[in-house]
Amino acid sequence: MGDAEIIPIGTRGKPGRGTGKQPSSAARGLAPKARTTPRKPPTSTTEPAAATAAGADGATGPVEAAPATGGHDVVSTAPVVSAATTRERHPLRNIPTSAWLSAFQQAAMEVFGEQWEPRLAHFLAFLRRRVTGDYVVDEYGFDAEITQRFFMAALRPIAQQWFRIEVRGIDNIPTEGGALVVSNHSGTIPVDGLMTMVTIHDQTGRHLRALGADLVFKMPVISQLARKGGATLACNEDAERMLRGGELVGVWPEGFKGIGKPYSQRYKLQRFGRGGFVSAALRTGVPIVPLAVVGAEEIYPLVGNIPALARLIGIPYIPITPLFPLLGPLGLVPLPSKWLLEFGEPIRTDEYEPGAAEDPMLVFDVTDQVRETIQQTLYSLLMQRTSVFK
Amino acid sequence: MAGGDKVVLVTGVSRDLGRRCARAIAEDPSVRRVIGVDVTPPRGDIGDVSFVRADIRNPVIAKVIAKEDVDTVVHMSVIATPGSSGGRTTMKELNVIGTMQLLAACQKAPSVTDLVVKSTTTVYGASSRDPAMFTEDMNPRGAPRTGYAKDVAEIESYVRGFARRRSDVRVTMLRCANVIGPHVVSPLMSYFRLPVIPTVLGFDARLQFLHEDDLRSLIQHAVAHEVPGTFNVAGDGILMLSQAVRRLQRPAVRLPGFAVGSLGSALRSARVADFSPEQKSFLTYGRGVDTTQMRQVLGFEPRFTTAEAFADFASGLPPTGGRTDRVLAGVADRLPSTPAVTAAGPDRPAAGPALSVAPSPGPSTTTRRGESRG
Repeated sequence: MGDAEIIPIGTRGKPGRGTGKQPSSAARGLAPKARTTPRKPPTSTTEPAAATAAGADGATGPVEAAPATGGHDVVSTAPVVSAATTRERHPLRNIPTSAWLSAFQQAAMEVFGEQWEPRLAHFLAFLRRRVTGDYVVDEYGFDAEITQRFFMAALRPIAQQWFRIEVRGIDNIPTEGGALVVSNHSGTIPVDGLMTMVTIHDQTGRHLRALGADLVFKMPVISQLARKGGATLACNEDAERMLRGGELVGVWPEGFKGIGKPYSQRYKLQRFGRGGFVSAALRTGVPIVPLAVVGAEEIYPLVGNIPALARLIGIPYIPITPLFPLLGPLGLVPLPSKWLLEFGEPIRTDEYEPGAAEDPMLVFDVTDQVRETIQQTLYSLLMQRTSVFK
Repeated sequence: MAGGDKVVLVTGVSRDLGRRCARAIAEDPSVRRVIGVDVTPPRGDIGDVSFVRADIRNPVIAKVIAKEDVDTVVHMSVIATPGSSGGRTTMKELNVIGTMQLLAACQKAPSVTDLVVKSTTTVYGASSRDPAMFTEDMNPRGAPRTGYAKDVAEIESYVRGFARRRSDVRVTMLRCANVIGPHVVSPLMSYFRLPVIPTVLGFDARLQFLHEDDLRSLIQHAVAHEVPGTFNVAGDGILMLSQAVRRLQRPAVRLPGFAVGSLGSALRSARVADFSPEQKSFLTYGRGVDTTQMRQVLGFEPRFTTAEAFADFASGLPPTGGRTDRVLAGVADRLPSTPAVTAAGPDRPAAGPALSVAPSPGPSTTTRRGESRG
């Protein structure tokens, strides 16, 4: 390309349209007279910010920042500039520390209220404890601090405002000692378990220790959260250990059969497993508190399933609700049904003789008794309910 | 070495833990003589322990037992690190064949009345279907197929077989949780010594530790108090892996499970850390063991809790992270009042001087500002 003709583009720095010729007189008139006027003395341009700071201080009176920039206020000879002149300066340079401090204090007051200093100190101490790992978990991995401060706080508005949970018979939960709360299970994903946990914690101050399925502890993130929130694997060893330790244990014996049943079968209790929860209660002699939850069936009405895909992924079902795959993530918002939780009379298990847990007939009988109690409570609650959403 | 009459044979004294345990046994008044056995001589001071260079993988060990009239055998030679012994094959041979030979020798020796085996809680495995706390009568949810866990499972079954055949011998099997301490060399310790600790994304393992000093006194206790049976031994309490990493003040990098596996094999080939598949599942799901039997039947009380043992280990490691904590500490120091002085809070106008733009005369305020400037 040696023979290419070079066509000049632009004005080579001169004002004008770029034709390569002389700029128009109008363009020449717009250009500053840079060549003719001498530049300003460098003393005033090196510290423009300091000078203006001093000027601003002089205007508003003695400010706390003045000592910091001390020595500059003797520079009283501010450069003579025209009123329309602007200058480049760092945006943070000129705000005095006191302004930062007061802004911070006002923000802290806004967030933490009137007693913000101790509360902020407490909050910082909490953060430091978390960051340095200086907290205690129990043998199941239950982290009481994060559960109370974070999980419960996050779930409480959902329980109170979204589902407007109404509780009956909360006195049936013993205030101390081991007890086994047995509940129906529904709602496609186990929201009912979380809501029961937060409701029992708010009403009685006790943590409900949930027994979760194998799948819960196989899934990443979920398993971590479940252990931190106080759940453990639903096996006899753990159930008995927790009940012996005087914990309030929650169990959903229907499992995936209950939670993943189609909407047409709502409020029909499924088989109660093999009655393992009853034998655990019999061995430890703790009362069984039946719990009926009404409202959870309607949050994600399960109208379809993709069994082949579910088997491929290795999960029990892939839910199809009227909203879920259709609206994408928006379909994951549960419908705001009104919930009723009724705790039934505790069923005592300490009156049976010691070997009762080895008697399968007795275990089946007690299982049926619990199941019937919950089913009857469900029916009576449904009769009282006027509307799903009210 | 006082007036006692026990003659104790300790295997695996070339390694640090075995050597320390042998010395601890020698200090016990009921013990007359301690014989340490290993293929390589111990590196450190073995005190009153007399060392016999013998390989437990060949029948020479039977001659040692017969000649020295040994009555108590302490088997500590179950190793978890293939690197120190020269590969997985050697490790397996040392662990399994060594135990078989040792037990065969014990069976033939009429003088032997006590056998103490240091096993580990690794036999319980680690999986998502585990109960929270294993008791001694529980079995692993899935039988271990490879590595150290399988070795230990086989060793335990040989020991049980020995206990059946020589029912007159008192057999104590000690399933120790991960031994931790400044001197301990083990796969888990080299893992925690990494400058950046890889963890499995979305899982948080529950860990239990036993301090090396406690292991020493445990072996001493097991030799002195003749309690037969199998016992879980661990410090009190549970530490989550995330919590442990935070306490070390080291940064953690969370990787999905498969990436941790391949990183583990890369680290192993680089000889930085040993990261076997069972180690990975342990760091994913964790494990807890119930120590009620240890307290009530064996009568042993560890001096260190899990957290204290870990703190002792962590004190020797320089933190490589901990920036967030330092920032938070800095903020907490600059707060106008710490919780200690909030008692005098109400009478002092908290927001008053700072909210106004006028220069505040308080000396504390000016020093604080000076700090923040500096």
